[in-house]
Amino acid sequence: MKKLMLGNEAVARGAYEAGVTVAAAYPGTPSTEITENIAKYDEIYSEWSPNEKVALEVAIGASIAGARSICSMKHVGLNVAADPLFTVSYTGVNGGLVIMVADDPGMHSSQNEQDSRFYARSSKVPMLEPSDSQECLDYVKEAFEISEKYDCPVLVRLSTRIAHSQSIVEAGERMQIDLKPYVKNPGKYVMMPAMARARHFEVEKRMAALKQFAGETNLNTIEWGSTDIGVITSGISYQYAHEIFGNVSYLKLGMVYPLPDKLIADFAAKVGTLYVIEELEPFFENQIKKLGIKVTGKDLLPVTGEYSATLLKEKIFGNTREKAYTIDNQSPMRPPVMCPGCPHRGMFHVLKKLKLNVSGDIGCYTLGALSPTESMDTCICMGASIGMAHGMEKARGREFGKKTVAILGDSTFIHSGITGLIDIVYNKGCTTVIILDNSITGMTGHQQNPTTGFTIKGEPTKQVNLELLARAVGIERVRIADPFDIKEFEKVVAEETQADEPSVIISQRPCALLKSVCYEGPQVITDKCKKCRMCLKIACPAIVDKGDRIEINTALCVGCKLCSEVCSFNAIEKAGDING
Amino acid sequence: MDNLNIMIVGVGGQGTLLASRILGNVALQSGYDVKVSEVHGMSQRGGSVVTYVKMGEKVYSPLIEKGEADIIMAFEKLEAFRWVEYLKAEGTMVVNDQEINPMPVIIGKAKYPENIFDTMRDSGIKLQTIDALSIARECGNIKAVNVALIGLMAKSTHIGREVWQQAMEEVIPKKLLEVNVKAFDAGNQR
Repeated sequence: MKKLMLGNEAVARGAYEAGVTVAAAYPGTPSTEITENIAKYDEIYSEWSPNEKVALEVAIGASIAGARSICSMKHVGLNVAADPLFTVSYTGVNGGLVIMVADDPGMHSSQNEQDSRFYARSSKVPMLEPSDSQECLDYVKEAFEISEKYDCPVLVRLSTRIAHSQSIVEAGERMQIDLKPYVKNPGKYVMMPAMARARHFEVEKRMAALKQFAGETNLNTIEWGSTDIGVITSGISYQYAHEIFGNVSYLKLGMVYPLPDKLIADFAAKVGTLYVIEELEPFFENQIKKLGIKVTGKDLLPVTGEYSATLLKEKIFGNTREKAYTIDNQSPMRPPVMCPGCPHRGMFHVLKKLKLNVSGDIGCYTLGALSPTESMDTCICMGASIGMAHGMEKARGREFGKKTVAILGDSTFIHSGITGLIDIVYNKGCTTVIILDNSITGMTGHQQNPTTGFTIKGEPTKQVNLELLARAVGIERVRIADPFDIKEFEKVVAEETQADEPSVIISQRPCALLKSVCYEGPQVITDKCKKCRMCLKIACPAIVDKGDRIEINTALCVGCKLCSEVCSFNAIEKAGDING
Repeated sequence: MDNLNIMIVGVGGQGTLLASRILGNVALQSGYDVKVSEVHGMSQRGGSVVTYVKMGEKVYSPLIEKGEADIIMAFEKLEAFRWVEYLKAEGTMVVNDQEINPMPVIIGKAKYPENIFDTMRDSGIKLQTIDALSIARECGNIKAVNVALIGLMAKSTHIGREVWQQAMEEVIPKKLLEVNVKAFDAGNQR
């Protein structure tokens, strides 16, 4: 049956058809929908793990126990999972193990644009890269075959435009794959020096075998056209290249590591000008140049940002398509903002008022760094806010520490904030950590996590009690506060930052986009308004300054009433029925 | 047919993803190759969002480039303005007559452009405008804005009513189908 599927959805389908029975992941754009879609298959056990390292460990355990398993993450998630990755490369697998990693060239929703192909090379794990949704499905199935045949995990790399583009997929049936026997084999699965030394030789033998396989597999294909120009490419870059070069010859690499040296050399010998088109780093290019082959690539094309047909045309042919219409418009930018009703808005209002130094983290609340909130000073990676606040205190002293808070979401705290919290207790810091408990993982689009009390399938489960957790690691001052009760919240933050010991504030209010959250509906500004503009300070996209008056956009307002909270003139009240 | 390139632009949270699902489904049922490129994650949070829908005999890149769009369907006026350069000379701009102020305007650092429609008409753009919010409200649910807009946009394609109907049935949950079909027809009859 033909269906339109997101790349991520097709990966899920591929895992299903390959007979996978265990899937683990931590959400991260652009990889999240892989596991959301896997969770729809009852034949597969699926979970949101606390972080990518745990997710990979779950998948490795399942593999050694005999099942086909899959683990999915975004590119920066692979940094977190790198520790198990490098050693599962040594142990190899029992049931097939596939690791999905989604890069984000152009950083649509990421903090860097690292190229995860280097992980394949440095961990000595083969990597495939599909160029549309059908290939997402096919390559994932093929990855399981490679994994079992060559006794290694297999990485499959996506990029945003593959993961988040829908294209037509012909789905197949699920394979009947039996659980392989669980065999105790310490020489293979206990990686201590003596065993690991022996395994390293196996890794090298395997990579040599995979190099030969790369030359034979139909994952790497040549499309012959005019031989004046040859293009070596992979993934989404193949699609862009096709748009601009048309009927030339292509060597499309479906297996991006290890490379098929002989195939590349043969192809290069038969074409005139040879281009290497790859987003981000010159990963192919450097390896191909090392073979003594002359190519054109990063001398013309950038290593920054995402590619497009227009960009390739401009850089390679030096021309651009004529635009039909050019309006000299000064369109103001529209940066992302916290949603109307967002609980973080109340918290940021207080942090700004108290003029605190704010060590921030990854989540919707990262938007608090933008104008006009401008209440977040740093953001590096998941969970970093706590350790960094502690480091700031140790660098600048206790008084600075008392003007500093770390802020991070519930899911981010579980992901990798807990260890930072232990550090500030153990090493006698006085940082105040604000955990933004909005009852869900927000930015990636509402995934359950260990603090929400529900599994990926929506089944009720034990809920991590953040208050008891903080107390258990030695935090004696733990407060719970509602960020929409601004006066109380301000009092709590002022008291806790001044305390000469570490403290945790759990800022508790659910995400306004959750279906269970029901505010009373749109508000309006009445003629009691004195135009003091206080309500504009909370930076709600539903409140508009019309110059002579302040107005609430009733199509956007949810009725959270944070604006009423800051209004001194009771000038905001409920609107009539907006559905007419 | 030649490739049909449709861009859906708007503000994150306006329901552009549903619109792209309907369009993708229409292409699939018409037997075309199709690619739909979406935006997820951070920029969805009230930011400027764009979805590309490309259909035809064979589609390679999922992205529509400047000067390549047959139709731009804009959920918001400023977003229509922002993406003008992507329209083909003979292309059609279908715009919802709604203004959502971006943060730089809200805080007074920038001005919302005036006379957006006139400026576009003056530069020769084939422009169709619609107050989709009022239509959706008349149909009984303001969330049907996206489908009212699709209804109007459908007039600029050669795709039959029954194909749209079937696509809506595939994509829209049953309990919301009636109000959405009503909104589609209301948009289509403008």
